[in-house]
Amino acid sequence: MTNFETVIGLEVHVELKTASKIFSPSPNAFGSEPNANVNPIDLGYPGVLPVLNEEAVNYAMKAAMAINCDIATNTKFDRKNYFYPDNPKAYQISQFDQPIGENGWIEIEVNGEKKKIGITRLHLEEDAGKLTHGDDGYSLVDYNRQGTPLVEIVSEPDIRTPEEAYAYLEKLKNIIQYTGVSDCKMEEGSLRCDANISIRPVGQEEFGTKTELKNLNSFSFVQKGLEFEEKRQREVLLNGGEILQETRRYDEQKKETILMRVKEGSDDYRYFPEPDLVPLYIDDAWKERIRAEIPELPDARRERYVKELDLPAYDAGVLTSTKEMSDFFEEAIEAGADVKQASNWLMGEVSAYMNKQQVEIQDLKMTPAALAKMIQLIEDGTISSKMAKKVFAELVENGGDPEKIVKDKGLVQISDEGQLREIITGILDENEQSIIDFKNGKDKALGFLVGQTMKATKGQANPPMVNKIIKEEIEKR
Amino acid sequence: MTEISKEQVKHVANLARLALTEEEVETFTQQLGDIINYAELLNELDTDNVEPTTHVLDLKNVMRKDEPKEWIKKEDALKNAPDQKDGQFRVPSILE
Repeated sequence: MTNFETVIGLEVHVELKTASKIFSPSPNAFGSEPNANVNPIDLGYPGVLPVLNEEAVNYAMKAAMAINCDIATNTKFDRKNYFYPDNPKAYQISQFDQPIGENGWIEIEVNGEKKKIGITRLHLEEDAGKLTHGDDGYSLVDYNRQGTPLVEIVSEPDIRTPEEAYAYLEKLKNIIQYTGVSDCKMEEGSLRCDANISIRPVGQEEFGTKTELKNLNSFSFVQKGLEFEEKRQREVLLNGGEILQETRRYDEQKKETILMRVKEGSDDYRYFPEPDLVPLYIDDAWKERIRAEIPELPDARRERYVKELDLPAYDAGVLTSTKEMSDFFEEAIEAGADVKQASNWLMGEVSAYMNKQQVEIQDLKMTPAALAKMIQLIEDGTISSKMAKKVFAELVENGGDPEKIVKDKGLVQISDEGQLREIITGILDENEQSIIDFKNGKDKALGFLVGQTMKATKGQANPPMVNKIIKEEIEKR
Repeated sequence: MTEISKEQVKHVANLARLALTEEEVETFTQQLGDIINYAELLNELDTDNVEPTTHVLDLKNVMRKDEPKEWIKKEDALKNAPDQKDGQFRVPSILE
């Protein structure tokens, strides 16, 4: 049987979160009332002129630099002509032969193997409006999104498996989010992905005919769609069939790709230089100014956490998964939290709470300093880890000062040795059988005695101290 | 002399979503050919020592600050819409 090799290329669109649109001063906001953020430029009225938003260029440069692209010195915009109601001008202002960024790469890791995926180009363009198709033969158009600054990031055909495609998307999103130029929220459409895939017999130089996948609403659907398509193409070829150049969409319910249309010839967009915008010249000073604004990126942070903070690679990976999580962690240790404890809380209780409540870390009521304080209270024995869970529940829900919460809830741990010894002596006097059992090697007896002590102190005794004192007192008898 | 073919005219008309009669195709084939040939007069100029440009103005980096401004109300945006529904433009649906 013939062995095939899969070749995947991804095209990712990322909306930039500038305050205004790329060519008009309309607000750039998600979730507004339909057509509330439009003006005559967005609507393509005759006689209006686009004026470039400087921040959109800065953001595009920042994103391009973060994915290791060379930044163009001379660049410009072009018209891509097409007729579709999502764009009232009948052309999209985009970049054709002089993209802002070229020849980039990012590194992914799949099954412990590192691999560089090349990035052909990153160019700046405007987004189009949003169509809602009705079943009455009409569609509704909301032009709020029209003119939102967008970067298109095209990968080299370096990706070989659907799993690598997933890793590439995760990494790309992670990096772009760190730069702060986009939220990269697939559910809000601020990150969108099209994939193309072909297979060829192993050893064959030229690419097979590719199909394009659209309507991929999550990274895992990208992976699943590609997995299905890989299998489908293999079956077609093994049965003597032919792959047609076509656009397919992934059906989430049926878990298969469905033919949308067969492409006949290449698209005819008749690109030409945009006459309404003058060229851009990006000198070294401008480039350096933007480069200096790029924060430490996730790979560098992950490495630093392992090397300088002695964290396990797994912890470092989880903590750097978003910039917000990573910043929270750094602020907590800055405020005096133990590194490993802070990591454990963030990966454990905090992440669990965020998942359950579907909130982001930046929306939590708990501040990094409060988490640090709570960890210190556990370490100095003021509260037990069990009590800490109660403090955490209050902290994450309503915020506040951990010390005050501990006092208000009467959660202070009894760590006074004399006081504990007195209570324990009383308990030992009443449970002589347990002492005998323990001396006879029944470890369970110790658990029972600890339990009795906790009960007597309403759970406020310091557990490690209770353990220690019980053993010492039994020794004496 | 550059010839424009009827097929080219039909192709361009299709891209522009224009329905042309055979008669119009004839007319535009002739007219577009004439326009192209007229523009070709420019080829007589010697441009060997002229840098290529993509714009006629000797300007670069014309940009504005990233400041949002309200310009028109939603109602005004929809005023010229041939059809509207629920605050949105209503158009015949186009099946992909």
